[in-house]
Amino acid sequence: MKPDDFDLFATLVKQRSGLVLTGDQSYLLESRLLPVTRTYNLKSLEDMAQAVRSTRDEKLMHDITEAMTIHDSYFLRDLKPFRYFQSTLLPQLLVKREAKKHLRIWSAACSSGQEAYSLAMICAGESDKLQGWKVDIIGTDLSREIIARAKSGIFTPFEVQRGLPVGMLIKYFEQSGDKWQIKDEIRQRVQFSEGNLLHDFGPIGVFDVVFCRNVLHCFDPLTKTKVLESISHVMLPDGMLFLSLGETTTGLPDHFKSIHAPCSVFGLESAAKAQ
Amino acid sequence: MRTCLLVDDSRVIRKVSRQIFESIGFVCEEAENGKTALETCKTKLPDFILLDWNMPVMNGIEFIKALRQMPDGKNPVIVFCSVENDMNHIRAAIEAGANEYIMKPFDADIIRGKLGLLDLIEA
Repeated sequence: MKPDDFDLFATLVKQRSGLVLTGDQSYLLESRLLPVTRTYNLKSLEDMAQAVRSTRDEKLMHDITEAMTIHDSYFLRDLKPFRYFQSTLLPQLLVKREAKKHLRIWSAACSSGQEAYSLAMICAGESDKLQGWKVDIIGTDLSREIIARAKSGIFTPFEVQRGLPVGMLIKYFEQSGDKWQIKDEIRQRVQFSEGNLLHDFGPIGVFDVVFCRNVLHCFDPLTKTKVLESISHVMLPDGMLFLSLGETTTGLPDHFKSIHAPCSVFGLESAAKAQ
Repeated sequence: MRTCLLVDDSRVIRKVSRQIFESIGFVCEEAENGKTALETCKTKLPDFILLDWNMPVMNGIEFIKALRQMPDGKNPVIVFCSVENDMNHIRAAIEAGANEYIMKPFDADIIRGKLGLLDLIEA
């Protein structure tokens, strides 16, 4: 690929999604973007770059960004954050929110929905304790295509084995042909919508728990700080933020404090001052 | 050192899974059907068993039922690993005493994930 074309695509993708592509990722760019050229009947990436330059076609630029930003997703990814959520955080919230009996959880950059559905299955498993409670689980991702997939709740045999215990598969999935679909009782617990972490989150509300895992590493430091800043505005003062394993407070905005380092759980500093 | 018994009539599958389990730190033994696996278990019970379903002489379900009846036969963690990938087979395997189920084809990620769920390795 010509350096000019690479720069054009990289700039476009960065502006729209925050994803930073480096020169050594031209292979990734080619493998993800060639299918888009075929959709638009373009002969090559060079032609597609030319089309972007001359037309600035909104749909084309959207599709290019989407193709670059689809990420792998696993059920119960890394396991221990979800165990921590179930065994420590959820019992704490059951006490703290006893009066309003309402929890709001956000899976930010949710990809095909595995994280949001994992949380929904955990909550379903705790339905005795959550009797009379309202639990909103919101999943957002900037990719329209991936949100449609997440909503469908349909997964391949490969996907339902990555991280998912067979007990949950038996309990919460139905087989349809060679695919597995998550049951309605779980799908109804999750609302998916398009949403870009770089933009105003709109009327998304405030959250007790935010999961924003395996996405911030795609951003440059400035963008990462900006996104975390915005997330802090939609967290309740004592809300919790789950980041990727290994993430520390270094490079995080000052008002974040570590709550449980082994699972990269963070809270807001102001909550400590208020107490 | 944790021990693992790989039970599959396919030598290729045994070889592939052996590489994965050895890389995780298991000492592996192999058996090509349920009967030889049962004989191995009578000598010494492994910590973990990866078990195919369809095998000549004695299949996986017959093996697991027999093993779970043996003294201490409930101790080994058993993960079925089979091309039978419909809900009925999966339920039957769990009811017969399997701890987890893997649908073929599988990869190292799936095995590691299942071992993590079973607390045999850190997830």
